[in-house]
Amino acid sequence: MSERRYQGHAGVGATVTGTALVAADDFSARYDLDRIKGVFSRPAHMLRGESYVGRILVLNTAKGGVATAWMLYEMAARKMAPAALVLNTANPIMAQGAAFAGMALIDRFDTDITAVIESGDEATVDPASGLVMVRPRDGGS
Amino acid sequence: MHLNDEEKAMLAGAMGEPVRWAVEQQITVGQFFDAEDFVGVSQVHLMADTESLGEAGVAFLERLSGVSETERRVRVPTVTDPRGIDFTAYKRLKQEDSWAALERRAIDAFTAMGILMTDTCINYQTILPPTFGEHVAFGDTGSTIYANSVCGARSNFEGGPAALAAALTGRVPRYGCHLDRGRRAGMRFTVSDRPRTLSDWGALGGVVGRHCGSYWTIPAIEGIEGAPTSDELKHFGAALASYGSVPLFHMTGVTPEAPDLPSVCDGTPPEPVVLDRGDVEAFYDSFASHDDKVDVVVFAAPQLSLIEMQTLAGLIEGRRVHAECALLVATSPEIKAACDRMGLTGTLEAAGAVVLEGVCFYQMYARETGIANGWTRLMSNSAKLVNIIAGYGYEPMLATMEQCVDAAVAGRAGS
Repeated sequence: MSERRYQGHAGVGATVTGTALVAADDFSARYDLDRIKGVFSRPAHMLRGESYVGRILVLNTAKGGVATAWMLYEMAARKMAPAALVLNTANPIMAQGAAFAGMALIDRFDTDITAVIESGDEATVDPASGLVMVRPRDGGS
Repeated sequence: MHLNDEEKAMLAGAMGEPVRWAVEQQITVGQFFDAEDFVGVSQVHLMADTESLGEAGVAFLERLSGVSETERRVRVPTVTDPRGIDFTAYKRLKQEDSWAALERRAIDAFTAMGILMTDTCINYQTILPPTFGEHVAFGDTGSTIYANSVCGARSNFEGGPAALAAALTGRVPRYGCHLDRGRRAGMRFTVSDRPRTLSDWGALGGVVGRHCGSYWTIPAIEGIEGAPTSDELKHFGAALASYGSVPLFHMTGVTPEAPDLPSVCDGTPPEPVVLDRGDVEAFYDSFASHDDKVDVVVFAAPQLSLIEMQTLAGLIEGRRVHAECALLVATSPEIKAACDRMGLTGTLEAAGAVVLEGVCFYQMYARETGIANGWTRLMSNSAKLVNIIAGYGYEPMLATMEQCVDAAVAGRAGS
């Protein structure tokens, strides 16, 4: 099983490994999630109905408002949060929310990160180095 | 990130745990965005509704505020965004006592820290409008984009914990909109038809926002002749920030940093995206169709100004909200008091509307409140609200203020 490595900007939080959940779509905890059930609830979101709990969430950019900065902490306290956020582009709210929640976050890769990781891949997110290391799911290439 | 002696002392804990926590958070964010240093801010606008905070967030606030008064006091004037509960109205909305109890705990913590409970997202209209070049830490996307764009002040989106940190340290990491280079336009839009209503302005903001790639793409808008009103730019900016996560726009001949395009663009301006009436109409059409029952009509997001309240009261005076439809109106405590004094609240409530103060619909447990009241089909003239609320289980419709009032009276849209 070959490992692929993607370099982003140095991020926030501690190293974490988990299963990726990926979409070429954007992210706001307020707009997109049913935070009680732990699933994407926004009808137009590409991940509607998918559980994000404990997943390495790989999305395009931050959209929407400021509430995510509080919500990641609240979700983490209930153990209903993603394990990490991997974005093409974070905004201040994502960085502030990840810092407050102690959640791993990396952004600013030299490639479209949503196009090179697939849902189900195993990913290790190392914010200190800005590296995301990806191993395909069983049977993948 | 360069720290001066005062900031080093903050980080070492010399000014107490709240300040140490705050500056540590700020350094983490500053390093993430390659900030070289801090910049002082003169006022803070703090978003902290209890639906977002939850039990964990409120418990955090109680810990932070549970130290000596010297250590817990904010360093600069700090005002709050809308709260999660209107204590005078929550029972009418079938909201739960436990939510009100959580809200009271949060308010106690904020008050102990010296925070002013203004409970408004239109602080730039009602409390202390920022001035040109003033560095501030604003915590609502709508208040931030208005401060940056219309006032020429300087703020990034400072989410709740970040705004609280700014209040405790009196500064923010210097990146993004605090820097000249972070305020340059990266996209250009030419508007061929001036919006006619507040919902049109919101729709135009939504259209531009959908085009903008991220927080870091600042749009310049051309083609608006003559100054829009504060309420028009409020709806435009709130929608632009909501759909695009954009903290700043330039409008040539209108906003203070953009007397012309070269003033806000580096080098040759980008090719324009031309927007006409069809784009605005298509935006309306991207929401639920106006051909069925309406459960709830909401005027909020942003809270209404006194002028909007007067306009709305004039539209509904002498009419009656349908028995199977609710009409909710959210404004700030200051504007609500003025409306009480001027008879506007009485006019609205006599028609069956519920006038709410210090809250905004999407920040007040919208999912649970909708279930408790049987609300699914929602109509609003706020492009921002209809963007947010679908994720809470609603089918939103966007319409003009007049169409919204007609729907509330008829109990259905398109009648």
